[in-house]
Amino acid sequence: MSQTNLFFMTLTTGLMVGGIYALVALGWVIIYKCSGVLNLAMGELTIIGAYVTLTFYQMGVPFVLAVVISLIIGLVLGILTERVFLDRLIGEPILTVIMVTVGLSFFFRGLVEFIWGTNTRVFQPPVFPLKPVKIGFLVIGSVYLWSFVTAIVLLLILVAFFQYTRWGLAMQATADDEMAAISLGVSARFVYAAAWAIAFMAAGVGGSLLGNINGLNISVSYLGLLVLPAVVLGGLNSIPGAIVGGLAIGILQNFAGAYLDQYFPGGVKQIFPFVFMVVFLLFKPYGLWGWERIERV
Amino acid sequence: MENKPEPILKLNNIEVKYHEVILVLKGVSIEVPKGGIVALLGANGAGKSTTLKAISGLLKHEDGEVTDGSIEFLGEQIHKKRAVEIAKMGIVQVIEGRRVFEHLTVEQNLLVGGHMRKGGDKTVKERLEMVYHYFPRLKQKRKEIAGFVSGGEQQMTVVGRALMTNPKLMLLDEPSMGLAPLLIHEIFEIITRLHEKEGISILLVEQNVKLALNVAPYAYVLENGRIVLDDTSERLKENEDIKDFYLGLTDVGGRKSFRDVKHYKRRKRWLT
Ligand SMILES: Nc1ncnc2c1ncn2[C@@H]1O[C@H](COP(=O)(O)OP(=O)(O)OP(=O)(O)O)[C@@H](O)[C@H]1O
Ligand SMILES: [Mg+2]
Repeated sequence: MSQTNLFFMTLTTGLMVGGIYALVALGWVIIYKCSGVLNLAMGELTIIGAYVTLTFYQMGVPFVLAVVISLIIGLVLGILTERVFLDRLIGEPILTVIMVTVGLSFFFRGLVEFIWGTNTRVFQPPVFPLKPVKIGFLVIGSVYLWSFVTAIVLLLILVAFFQYTRWGLAMQATADDEMAAISLGVSARFVYAAAWAIAFMAAGVGGSLLGNINGLNISVSYLGLLVLPAVVLGGLNSIPGAIVGGLAIGILQNFAGAYLDQYFPGGVKQIFPFVFMVVFLLFKPYGLWGWERIERV
Repeated sequence: MENKPEPILKLNNIEVKYHEVILVLKGVSIEVPKGGIVALLGANGAGKSTTLKAISGLLKHEDGEVTDGSIEFLGEQIHKKRAVEIAKMGIVQVIEGRRVFEHLTVEQNLLVGGHMRKGGDKTVKERLEMVYHYFPRLKQKRKEIAGFVSGGEQQMTVVGRALMTNPKLMLLDEPSMGLAPLLIHEIFEIITRLHEKEGISILLVEQNVKLALNVAPYAYVLENGRIVLDDTSERLKENEDIKDFYLGLTDVGGRKSFRDVKHYKRRKRWLT
């Protein structure tokens, strides 16, 4: 393969995986924006959704329907998680809340290992055709292409939800000024629950797609944690930031794998996004699009 | 005593504490007649905003609580209710400081005001038209991001947003703060019209005492968590203390202490 070819292949694959990260990152940002919770259990949300999808798929349910079922379960789990674990923490110090999400991640991880074990599982029969798709001189695995398309469609739906629907606007309003939103009759508790539900759903779809690429085991939760560098890059509370951040991390990660692996064999692809995050934070602590408050002129 | 019309809102000797220990209101009684405008005056830190938050229930979200006395709205006790329930009953508070949803457009701000859908989807459209009718400027600016429109337009946005909730009682916290006189005039004219045409009762907190006494026929003066004076605006305008302290009209030397004390804080507010 020629050098330019490798470059573009790496770029496209990275971009496509990045689409999935963007979806998960958006879920993360919604929770942070609406309720101020820094959620360190995002990786586990990702695998739970993935395992649910896989389970139903193995039972013979068509993939799309399995994803829909996983969405519904994610919705319920999201609301439950918020109600049971986080609702009583409103107003507690931020560190307490973060520690609770760490606790949650262990809890979910235990739950997943208990139910599904630790062996790697794959979607059998493969959901997406094994034959790659050729676009010009680019050859892309169809699983990547379809994952990307799915992720982008869901991202668009989510963005439209926030811009045009009553609950989407209420969630954005709560993110901007919770007190003012409450004064207009917006239930903050409902908004928090909705945020967790959306995060669970987005992560679940993301996990299902990632599971199709690499197979599914507990380490997919690491991929879910990649949202952290993504949201740090985009700015913790920016929706467009999460999307761009997710895409960028996908690309960076793939380039690290393609070009640095020969120098640092082993896990460079895994750790590079986090190294990048640390260095990036030194220079731009608010991310590319993080809010500082709007100063009116 | 002139016989007052039946009150829409009644505060009976309420006491308010923050964080269970900080006593801020020490027995406040206020009545707002149905369809009336009442002003609540007082210096910085007197407890005016706290009084409004006690009524709207927002107090609970700042770890505050009504620890004694009661608040009645249309004959029903509301001081134990959650803010969202109180909003549903028809009380809306316009929080001080022009708190627009700054990343939403002006129109999206208004739509959030219609969130409760009192009377169904159709009425949201109708109410939006009504808000634009009262605030034609907002119609021009509807597509703009609320964080970037002028201070006066932001104030109109938050009042319009409150109007979207279809309120029976509006609690206005210092709507004139930091605005140019001409704009204040414009906004208060609209508020007066809203009150007359839509029959909305209003409890108005103001530091601009002259303005407040012109708009509201009756006023209370709050000092240090207690009501120290209440009377018709006519009589309050003649009251020596009010003239001296709040209107700055005495011959001793023009503007007096209260204004001077506040000067620093006001300046600061304009700058932020
Ligand atoms: N969340 C809070 N926690 C503790 N104390 C508070 C809180 N909010 C207000 N206070 C205190 O209660 C007192 C009254 O505050 P409040 O905001 O009601 O005054 P105000 O009359 O509205 O003043 P201003 O004119 O400055 O708006 C002040 O001493 C203030 O420090
Ligand atoms: Mg105040």
